[in-house]
Amino acid sequence: MSPSITHSSPTLADPRDGVAILEGNRSVAEQYGIPLAVLLELTHRCPLQCGYCSNPIEMERAGNELTTEEWKKVLTELAEIGVLQVHFSGGEPTVRKDLVELVQHASDVGLYSNLITSAVLLTKEKLEALADAGLAHIQISFQASDPVLANRIGGFRNGHAKKLEAAGWAREVGLPLTVNAVMHRQNMAQLPQIIDMAVAMDADRIEVANVQYYGWALKNRASLMPTIEQIDEMTKVVEEAEQRLKGILAIDFVIPDYYATRPKKCMGGWGRQFFNITPAGKVLPCHAAETITDLDFESVRSNHSIAWIWQNSDAFNKYRGTGWMPEPCQSCAFKEQDYGGCRCQAFALTGSAGNTDPACSLSPLHDKIFTIAETEAAEGTNRYIYRNFSGGTLEPEENAHGA
Amino acid sequence: MNTAAAPAARRRMSVSEASVPTLARGAKLRFDETRQRWVLLVPERVMAPDEIAVEILQLCDGKRTVADVIDLLVEKYTAPREEIGADVIAMLQDLAESGFLVEAKP
Repeated sequence: MSPSITHSSPTLADPRDGVAILEGNRSVAEQYGIPLAVLLELTHRCPLQCGYCSNPIEMERAGNELTTEEWKKVLTELAEIGVLQVHFSGGEPTVRKDLVELVQHASDVGLYSNLITSAVLLTKEKLEALADAGLAHIQISFQASDPVLANRIGGFRNGHAKKLEAAGWAREVGLPLTVNAVMHRQNMAQLPQIIDMAVAMDADRIEVANVQYYGWALKNRASLMPTIEQIDEMTKVVEEAEQRLKGILAIDFVIPDYYATRPKKCMGGWGRQFFNITPAGKVLPCHAAETITDLDFESVRSNHSIAWIWQNSDAFNKYRGTGWMPEPCQSCAFKEQDYGGCRCQAFALTGSAGNTDPACSLSPLHDKIFTIAETEAAEGTNRYIYRNFSGGTLEPEENAHGA
Repeated sequence: MNTAAAPAARRRMSVSEASVPTLARGAKLRFDETRQRWVLLVPERVMAPDEIAVEILQLCDGKRTVADVIDLLVEKYTAPREEIGADVIAMLQDLAESGFLVEAKP
């Protein structure tokens, strides 16, 4: 006897995890097995205007979004090719009037549904309807622990109180609850209180994620970049909380790139185990991939199947594996550990997605981005550029004053 | 700090032979046709239960007690009841502590 259940993660594959186990039997031609989990960005519309958003500056208008029938077809196809979990995200997915219908369809075809939401548009009735439709997990974003700062970051009046209320409903309905906390210079000091808040609201998990600088967040980098002292303090806070809250609150920690010496294994490697679908139906290797403006991405509205796009499209194959790598990556001992870091970041900071990610200390640009980070952290403005469809709105000076 | 830590800890089930366990809303046991194996889907993860773990989870239907589950396994496998019972409870307790197994509502 001795039953066992081994853990595996749909987003982090190392040789011991279940992804590797599940993919282990495949031939070389099929080594990029279909991902276990897929991110569905239903819309770019969002009532919040957070400057740290990783959505592209050029957002899809409502008129370009996939219809209900198109999303249902996508869900059916995903289940058929072996995807097990879907994350409904955005923008703000609850803006879509058909969300309950889409969650129900996901359940009907056997997919496990997660909702990634700001929660400010939820009502208790809506959440119950989502749970009844088979929703299995909810992730609610929080911008700070103090409502004044939280509402300023989101650019949405009374948002913080609505989120707290929605978290309570999630518990009443019996949904597993994850708190998403995106951390930057202006809310970093509240991390201990944010963790306490997650415990007090009876969350199962918290994601403490440093801002990743793509899309709107790159535009807002000067108002977001933390100091290196803040990063050290943050690491201490997280490590202490992990010890103290074992069995009570699981903590996932995403470290910042700009102060790193080794790049992150972004997306587990380009086209290895992740894709997402944009509001207009493009299939991307990463939610920020459209920032790489010289790549063309296939759409679910094309004549190709999703499986074909995953296996054969140019955008997925361009940076897959290690063959594309220039030096210093090509001869690097770590090339199969980090797959060269992040292509979007390489594009944003060097102008070519095929260059070494400057987060790596072996990149010739590494020192430069370290200096950018230090300078912006010390001298950058606190005024956010709020995310919207008109290219962004600079926060009034008086609101950011004293922040 | 410890008082703030109470709520989540309170809802973790302590598994005994009298418990009537069932999978929580966030945990779904499915047969994965593509990979031809059973999986337990939980938040942000796909877990891979072995054959016996699947059998136990299928028996945890929200009606049977843990004692019932153990009795059924004792009939099928040759190991002594004590041994099987300890293994079953240890596995279920692990899942309960992760929040994936709850006491069924009467």
